[in-house]
Amino acid sequence: MAAAEEAGGAPGSASSAQRRLRVLSGHLRGSREAPALLSASPCGAQGAAGLPGPATIPKRRQELLKWNGWGYNDSKFIFNKKGQVEFTGKRYRLGGTVLPILKEWMEKTFGASLEHKTLPRATLNVNDVPPSFANEEFLQDLRATKISYSQDPEDRVFRAHGHCLHEILVLREGMFKRIPDIVVWPGCHEDVVKIVEVACKHNLCIIPFGGGTSVSSALECPEEEKRTIISLDTSQMNHILWIDERNLTARVEAGIVGQDLERQLAERGYCTGHEPDSMEFSSLGGWVATRASGMKKNIYGNIEDLVVHLKMVTPRGVIEKSCEGPRMSTGPDVHHFIMGSEGIFGVVTEVTVKIRPVPEYQKYGSVVFPNFERGVACLREVAKQRCAPASIRLMDNEQFQFGHALKPQVASIFTSFLDGLKKFYITKFKGFDPNVLCVATLLFEGDRERVLQHEKQVYDIAAKFGGLAAGEDNGQRGYMLTFVIAYLRDLGLDYYIIGESFETSVPWDRVLDLCRNVKERIVRECKEKGVQFAPLSTCRVTQTYDAGACVYFYFAFNYRGIGEPLHVYEQVETAAREEILANGGSLSHHHGVGKLRKQWMKETISDVGLGMLRSVKEYVDPNNIFGNRNLL
Amino acid sequence: MAAAPQRGSPLYAQKEFTSKKRDDFEDILEERRQSSDLRYAMKCFNPVVYKGLSPCKPSAIKTTVLQSDQVQYVIRQLSKEMGESPDIIQEEATEILDEMGHNIQTRTIRFFALTLSKVFKTLFRKICVNGEGIQKLQQAIQEHPVVLLPSHRSYMDFLMLSYLLYTYDLALPVIAAGIDFLGMRLVGELLRKSGAFFMRRTFGGDKLYWAVFAEYVKTMIRSGYAPMEFFLEGTRSRTGKTLTPKLGLLSIVMEPFFKREVFDTYLVPISISYDRILEESLYARELLGVPKPKESTSGLLKARKILSDDFGSVHIYIGQPLSLRALASGRIDRRPYNLIPRYLPQRPSEDIQDFVNDVAYKIELLQIENMVLSPWVLIATILLQNLPAIDFDLLVEKMLWLKGLTQTFGGFLEWPDHLCANKAVTSCLALHSNIFILVNGHVVLNDKGSEGGAMEELVFKQALAILMCGSYRNQLLNLFVRPALVSVALQMTQSFRKEEVYSCFSFLRDLFSDEFIFFPGIAVKDFEEGCFLLTKCDIIQVTAQEILVAEKGSAAVSFLSAMLRPFMESYQIICRYLSKEAKEAFTEKQMISGIRNFAFPLLETGSSQCYEVLSSDVQKNALSAFVRLHVVDKMKTTNGVTYAVKKDALNKTADMLDSRIPVIKPATARL
Ligand SMILES: Cc1cc2nc3c(=O)[nH]c(=O)nc-3n(C[C@H](O)[C@H](O)[C@H](O)COP(=O)(O)OP(=O)(O)OC[C@H]3O[C@@H](n4cnc5c(N)ncnc54)[C@H](O)[C@@H]3O)c2cc1C
Repeated sequence: MAAAEEAGGAPGSASSAQRRLRVLSGHLRGSREAPALLSASPCGAQGAAGLPGPATIPKRRQELLKWNGWGYNDSKFIFNKKGQVEFTGKRYRLGGTVLPILKEWMEKTFGASLEHKTLPRATLNVNDVPPSFANEEFLQDLRATKISYSQDPEDRVFRAHGHCLHEILVLREGMFKRIPDIVVWPGCHEDVVKIVEVACKHNLCIIPFGGGTSVSSALECPEEEKRTIISLDTSQMNHILWIDERNLTARVEAGIVGQDLERQLAERGYCTGHEPDSMEFSSLGGWVATRASGMKKNIYGNIEDLVVHLKMVTPRGVIEKSCEGPRMSTGPDVHHFIMGSEGIFGVVTEVTVKIRPVPEYQKYGSVVFPNFERGVACLREVAKQRCAPASIRLMDNEQFQFGHALKPQVASIFTSFLDGLKKFYITKFKGFDPNVLCVATLLFEGDRERVLQHEKQVYDIAAKFGGLAAGEDNGQRGYMLTFVIAYLRDLGLDYYIIGESFETSVPWDRVLDLCRNVKERIVRECKEKGVQFAPLSTCRVTQTYDAGACVYFYFAFNYRGIGEPLHVYEQVETAAREEILANGGSLSHHHGVGKLRKQWMKETISDVGLGMLRSVKEYVDPNNIFGNRNLL
Repeated sequence: MAAAPQRGSPLYAQKEFTSKKRDDFEDILEERRQSSDLRYAMKCFNPVVYKGLSPCKPSAIKTTVLQSDQVQYVIRQLSKEMGESPDIIQEEATEILDEMGHNIQTRTIRFFALTLSKVFKTLFRKICVNGEGIQKLQQAIQEHPVVLLPSHRSYMDFLMLSYLLYTYDLALPVIAAGIDFLGMRLVGELLRKSGAFFMRRTFGGDKLYWAVFAEYVKTMIRSGYAPMEFFLEGTRSRTGKTLTPKLGLLSIVMEPFFKREVFDTYLVPISISYDRILEESLYARELLGVPKPKESTSGLLKARKILSDDFGSVHIYIGQPLSLRALASGRIDRRPYNLIPRYLPQRPSEDIQDFVNDVAYKIELLQIENMVLSPWVLIATILLQNLPAIDFDLLVEKMLWLKGLTQTFGGFLEWPDHLCANKAVTSCLALHSNIFILVNGHVVLNDKGSEGGAMEELVFKQALAILMCGSYRNQLLNLFVRPALVSVALQMTQSFRKEEVYSCFSFLRDLFSDEFIFFPGIAVKDFEEGCFLLTKCDIIQVTAQEILVAEKGSAAVSFLSAMLRPFMESYQIICRYLSKEAKEAFTEKQMISGIRNFAFPLLETGSSQCYEVLSSDVQKNALSAFVRLHVVDKMKTTNGVTYAVKKDALNKTADMLDSRIPVIKPATARL
């Protein structure tokens, strides 16, 4: 609650936007604690022309962030002395809170036990790290550019991965076969141009690195890559170059991470409203490169709706449009070659994005439905009437229970997880089966009066589908789940539980069938593969569109007793994706393809489609300098 | 590339040619003979049902169907095409549904439970079912929508199955029945109330009927309303041979899975065999062209005298439920289903059609494999090769030999361990004394009542007995057809060269593919299987290039090819008829009576013993084989279908059948 109290001190109009940021991302005293590193490059001064903004994430990321797990070093779930789960650190609202029923939920859901623990090694063993290959001529040319770089093993390992399960497991228990040989930190667009030139001259491989939150194996170095691999870390290109209040746009360097962008814009009373769940760490350039989606897209749009202009450095040269007209009919939109290009064509360096005044008022909400079918029908109706709030998500029963398990300390020490569930439904929702009901979480935003009006409209629709309002608290906790899940995974890993999330988009009429079939497929595959305890297999509808929805799955299981858990896990994940495709779902709504889902690209966009992309690659980067081998 | 559909036959699994253990058969009549039928009929019935079921009334299904996007779409479509108001078409749809729909009621089920208990107990000694099959079915019913696919030999089949499920507290099936039942008002309505729904025999052109029917079936599958039961064979087999599958209904029940409206669907092959088939003499008469009595209630009542007769035991083998999902894995291209709204009627792609066809054949082959054979089947086979009489002891000896062969071929013989062969034969003869009787240590054809009749009547009587007997032999032939065909090929070619034998085999397999069940497109595998089985019994030896008949094997080769002789000879006679007597253009009907007139004198004079050529079944199958082989042209005219012989091709085929010329090699297949 500490952070919430502090909200009072936030400057006037920005306060509500920041509240959301605090709830989700934690208000960052860290920004003051961790001294901002000023860019060493001469173009760093450019930042000063716009808004100076100390970056949250330091160059040596390991100083602030876990090297083998998610998020900040000081923030994690632990079992305290009483054997209860507690969240450490002061960054998040959850910090210091005890979650008394989470343990029981873990035991019940996974058959996990506190006695069976598997701890990762504490520190990176530098001797295991593959050596850096970089020839002297190249290093000389690099030094001549005066761009900061490092061959330090820790720096290199940190940039060798994203946050897929298998990547984290490698960090905990093994070592990557191939990692970047060198990390460079360009400070601005011109620096990137120079690096690309040098790389082309020496025929080296560049892999752009934004926030490192990729969940598609996009950042993994191809094992077979023989050339020197340069990790081009954009994090020092983190300035807002200008804000244009007349057109409500801002020019921003691509390396800025979400929390810095929103905080700095908020200081001027603006926001982009782009809030992927990874926004604390993921970068603007990363969003563009993966076609990211934010939870408030209903108001602000997805990244493709937000981008007005962008600039990308390719081996062939720099690509950008000549003006910032809001829409153009100038042939196929070349921005769409860039958005979603996953680092295979070049580096996005600067982006003009739309900004909006920070909304005056924000309100969470939730609705309980007797079952998932009614819930989906309600979301469909909301989409049809085009009155979706900033965010609307429908959690299935398992996820509702999961969310419930995150309830903080309650008065009675006798309250168990199941008691709580029972109480929850007996007191409020008579006739709803606690093992069937499901919950929609809502977030409204805007000026107060409109929010209240909007709220009523949505609750009225919900009522038609048997939905009953279930309070702000449940709503807020629902959203909390989405950002603590990454931390929770680390806790699970300590107790033989591995898990992952994946997503898709699908036409409305297939939503129910897809959800049911994919969940069932996961359960069956696990059983077939010898997983002893039924897995957690749960989904939520996270976004609504006119013609369909985005569905997000969590899948986790207890792997005690299985020989090759990772292998089993990968087989199940592949089967689940096959199932999605067979149910008319897409290969990805926002996580992207990377290398993880490449095998389905041809089927997804057809031979010709793939050929089109290949020929662009061929033209832009004939020597495969941007050789991360994503997508194609 | 999981999406790329693969043509091929992973569906065709190599069989295990081992006899199944039969110790887990349970006789469900046993308890009926010991406790009250009434109490049984009134028992508390809480059947095992599909886990995702939300119970609803039969009328609610109809409403769902009427309001479905699928049916509404067709109604709108037709209304536009015909300029009729949608309401009128909707009205029509309602009528179709009312004619079609079942109206399952527990009351009626109980009534059936009571009466069938009585009836079954008088008709049958035992009704045996494999307990393991019941257990698996029980599981399957809970997990996914289930489709029951029994073999069809008798009207008893579906009564038997419903009775069985009732006995074991399993969800009662809804059954696709032919609309002809509705001709019998009382019975029709009774069946309707016990879960039958009715489909017209032909509705190819009627879009509305098709849409309503398909949606009705799919609605029940999607909701897991009840196990769906229908007969792949489409009608009762009058010959004991498994009929080639009809695909329409099968592809409808698969569609919800293809569209992923259900996670999976179980297909359950079920084999029902009767020691003695109730309709045996009706069938034989029908095949000989004695008009079939119309299904009528009074006709059924006349059948009451049957009740005093003994029909032995019934065996029901419930096969392993097949997961459609597993069968389809890697064979279905998902794109077509992803790109069209699911309510739109969609013609199945060629891949899908092939897949459905493969599955249908697979299931029928499983039905054959699992079919319990009574010793009588062996006896009938031997008797038909030893007309008009055979010494009892010799019969016993031969039967024991055939028993061994059958078991090596993987046949599922009902033969209690302690049963001695003599007893087995005697008891079979007692059961089938209408066909054969024991006279002075000889087993002879029972031609009671035909003395002194006209010659024609005598032939007819003989034919009747032989066709009846043949229908039992055919049960064995279903299983023996591959080694039997290899045997015929060996005799015809008089060669050791594997290639030549194969050519002949493959010609015959093609020729007889309406007679017997061959998995599509795998002639080589069938040949290998035939050779393998013969090798296993030391009948032949196979080397890289040659096939040699073992010294002790020649009797077996003769026996096996003699099993097929009636078919060979019938086709030869039909060829002769066609080349001598057929008119320019003829109808099937004309051909059938033509062949009869042609063959009767041959049988009367004794220049042929092939009574089976009189069977309309053989005649029709031969015609369609000749059409398939381009020996006969099929033409559709305004007055229906007519046929014309292509003389040259016909003569060539006849020459091949008569072994006057070697079989022309089919497109070289690799052996
Ligand atoms: C806990 C968690 C929650 C998440 N939630 C969401 C969510 O709500 N919505 C969503 O869309 N995604 C989400 N993601 C996925 C991920 O955050 C996004 O894909 C994000 O856009 C990646 O940005 P990044 O800056 O971390 O890029 P990185 O992970 O560093 O890189 C991703 C890819 O983009 C390329 N790239 C990065 N920067 C550039 C550049 N400047 N120019 C060219 N190529 C570049 C890299 O080479 C790589 O191929 C989540 C991930 C996690 C772990």
